[in-house]
Amino acid sequence: MTELSGENYAARCDVADHRVTLTGTLRLNGLAEYAPVVALLSEAAAGAASMTLDVSGLEFLNSSGIAVLSKFVIEARNRGDLALTIIGSTAIPWQGKSLQNLKRLMPSLSIELR
Amino acid sequence: MSETFGTFHPGDEESAVQENLLLSFSPSLLPLQQRWRNNGLSADFLADYVTTFFPKDEADPASAARQSTVKGAVSYIANELLENAMKYSESVGDVHPITIRLVLQTDRILFEETNAASPPAAASYRRFIDEVQTNDPSDIYFRKVEAMAESGHESGLGLITMVVDYSASLAWRFETLADGCEVVTTQVCLEI
Repeated sequence: MTELSGENYAARCDVADHRVTLTGTLRLNGLAEYAPVVALLSEAAAGAASMTLDVSGLEFLNSSGIAVLSKFVIEARNRGDLALTIIGSTAIPWQGKSLQNLKRLMPSLSIELR
Repeated sequence: MSETFGTFHPGDEESAVQENLLLSFSPSLLPLQQRWRNNGLSADFLADYVTTFFPKDEADPASAARQSTVKGAVSYIANELLENAMKYSESVGDVHPITIRLVLQTDRILFEETNAASPPAAASYRRFIDEVQTNDPSDIYFRKVEAMAESGHESGLGLITMVVDYSASLAWRFETLADGCEVVTTQVCLEI
């Protein structure tokens, strides 16, 4: 289990389960500040046939964070052999829109809204 | 000299029913990194403030969802405008502060963010505006995201997501100052 946390967010990677969980508010400054989060996503995806990204507790995400998730989804799409599932929440407004945009980037992406 | 692009909504109509909040920041007072967290604090303050005008009504379950939607949209848009201002504004002291104004009208929320920009930054912003005005926003969004995944450089995604994800409309005003800098106003209109 690898964990990161900042002022208002936490990121957890369960390597054995190939699962990353993001919670709180992520408004880091540009792609460079997101590098540790990207490293967690890469760690969970490495060598995995499937992985899960749980953002159902991520209340706010800025456009740099949306860019990071989009980049990760595009890389998963280009890899071709990773079954990616994103778990979101219907109670968090940004997710309905942004997660559908991710689906458009990777049509095989599975989105579960709870 | 003043130049506008897009449909600029008047934010000062005396007859209109409106609430008005103005926050002003001096870009030179603190380094960017030390004030980055204030973008989110300011955005959340504006979003919390607005919720008063969209009260939850227990008899109407849709009211809670509406409050949450408006709060999320205000928080996102205000934060993105402030992040852009901190990234791209010219630090020329207290003379040209970064300001964000939120105007709550009966059928829309207006956001007006103002900052000073160097001539190269203003020229780059004009090219972006031209791209936004002459292409489908959704096409621009997906093109930028794919390019960003290749290059690792993000650019202009914040404003585009306001249009694509929140159905907001954008307008801009450039005013040239005596020192050659320009004061750029970005207005975001969110219909409610």
